[in-house]
Amino acid sequence: MSARVLVGVKRVIDYAVKIRVKPDKTGVVTDGVKHSMNPFCEIAIEEAVRLKEKKLIKEVIAVSCGPQQSQETIRTALAMGADRGIHVDVSGKDYENLGPLQVSKILAALAKKEDVRLIILGKQGTFASQVDFQEDSLKVEREIDGGLETIKIKMPAVVTADLRLNEPRYATLPNIMKAKKKKIDTVKPSDLGVDLSSQLEVLSVEEPSQRQAGVKVETVEDLIKKLRDSGRI
Amino acid sequence: MALRSVAARLLRCHHQKVACTAGRNQGTSAAQKEKDAKLEQKTKPSKVQFDWQDALCLESQLTEEETMIRDTFRTYCQDKLMPRILLANRNEVFHREILTEMGELGVLGPTIKGYGCAGTSYVAYGLIAREVEKVDSAYRSVMSVQSSLVMHPIYAYGSEEQKQKYLPKLATGELLGCFGLTEPNHGSDPGGMETRARYNPSSRTFTLNGSKTWITNSPMADVCVVWAKCEDGKVRGFILERGLKGLSTPKIEGKFSLRASTTGMIIMEDVEVPEDCLLPHASGLAGPFGCLNNARYGISWGALGAAEFCFHTARQYTLDRIQFGVPLARNQLIQKKMADMLTEITIGLQACLQLGRLMDQKKSAPEMVSMLKRNSCGKALDIARQCRDMLGGNGIADEYHVIRHVMNLEAVNTYEGTHDIHALILGRAITGLQSFTVGK
Repeated sequence: MSARVLVGVKRVIDYAVKIRVKPDKTGVVTDGVKHSMNPFCEIAIEEAVRLKEKKLIKEVIAVSCGPQQSQETIRTALAMGADRGIHVDVSGKDYENLGPLQVSKILAALAKKEDVRLIILGKQGTFASQVDFQEDSLKVEREIDGGLETIKIKMPAVVTADLRLNEPRYATLPNIMKAKKKKIDTVKPSDLGVDLSSQLEVLSVEEPSQRQAGVKVETVEDLIKKLRDSGRI
Repeated sequence: MALRSVAARLLRCHHQKVACTAGRNQGTSAAQKEKDAKLEQKTKPSKVQFDWQDALCLESQLTEEETMIRDTFRTYCQDKLMPRILLANRNEVFHREILTEMGELGVLGPTIKGYGCAGTSYVAYGLIAREVEKVDSAYRSVMSVQSSLVMHPIYAYGSEEQKQKYLPKLATGELLGCFGLTEPNHGSDPGGMETRARYNPSSRTFTLNGSKTWITNSPMADVCVVWAKCEDGKVRGFILERGLKGLSTPKIEGKFSLRASTTGMIIMEDVEVPEDCLLPHASGLAGPFGCLNNARYGISWGALGAAEFCFHTARQYTLDRIQFGVPLARNQLIQKKMADMLTEITIGLQACLQLGRLMDQKKSAPEMVSMLKRNSCGKALDIARQCRDMLGGNGIADEYHVIRHVMNLEAVNTYEGTHDIHALILGRAITGLQSFTVGK
């Protein structure tokens, strides 16, 4: 199989860290806060590497869009078994405005440029819990509200990884050492012909409102009265 | 900067009323640049936040590779080793499988180049030791013995055949090794060892007789690197395999330290081994000392890892526990103790980092390792004891873990050269006068 797989990996605030909103309400505090690869991206990388180990695909390319530090995340993907990385350099104000639309344009442009047959991403999308590679189609089992659904799709395709797809491996020491020698190319969004202007604008970021205390009532009549008074019924 | 973003936002807004005000805010681009420059000058450099978890920013002194290695191994230790340790220590169970797990991760013999090993820096080795010892010193002992006391002598002093035969399997954890130097009557004084190796020219074998004690891993080891005195009076190393006639490894019972690892003796009664079991390139005590130096370096980092765990646990405990209406951490006596702990751990780690860098550049001397092993172990034991005290009654329960570290660090302070012996090594280096023996 000569297929190439593109995997998107994102550098996010570590899941164990408590998120705090900046005092000026323009976003969340990121300076000095521990960052790591999105756990769902780890699952995506693991799936791609397993496909390569089964010899169903030829090459795994890890992509990250962001500032210089995104290269650390790509390096982790390389240590887990990706063959090479592409860092799409987006920093400063552009990075703050980088939304799903811009990233999808970038990934689409890269997929065309690198002749990619399959893109695997973390979360939101197809929620795959099992992926079977066939000649030129993909059999994907996904978890939906009603249960499990198996679909057959043609490639090139985009699949997103759900929690139960696999358990990501620990990067072994020898692989971490080898990752140093693997290539990470840096490209700018303009090289890919992608325009980063955003139609969205963040007005303010706030913490979710605190849970209000409830009120206890003695009888059912009291309950009905309270509900009527607050206009609920 | 704030003015500019407001102006930009107003420009994008389609509101008629706002467009007028936008016009007024907008000056020429030259004027804007000047305004920006002035704002930059007025803005103070962002205040550096003190981080009690990394007071001297050790993080910034590590390479990306070292950070990745440390992070991966930290996740493994917290996910896979921490859940086991409570009962392993309580019931004195050695989980042999951790060696296979560590082997899969490639952390055994990490500084060795080739033979299935990672070939990473000494600093990375230290970081690995620190992460493991945060869980338990017994696990770190097992790792140290395998990496520095079994794989290292074979790598440094062995023949190519010996390296090919043993190193790859030791690296994956398929084979468990142990290091036999200490004897019942000769601990700090290995030069006086009574184990003898006699050469038999007719069969081209060596016959070994003697006993070793306090040998980590020996009851379950597949391979023993044993040091014995030959007929010419020189100490040499031999690789013995389990199954040899006359070789037995009884377990030492009743240990209150390092309970999660297995410790025993190596008894050799006329054990006959072919001459190719001899480590060809080691002669004299320099052989075992070279290995011990390697292991001691790992211990310097590791002991501070245990101290860090105790310090963090005590901090959390004293923040949570309320007595007389306030958390214990509100008290000056408690805060003073924590200030001392933070200082010692931070300074100790900086020293270990420098030593690691020197070792990577091959510019280190054994006395440096002695100094840091002694410092790390002594300070860590003290810190652990104080933390135990801060935890009060709960401090003696193994569920709070600190008492386990207190027990373990007693052994760690003693093995690989006691606190006092390292003091004498340094004393000799300082004064030029040896004070080990009563002679001249």
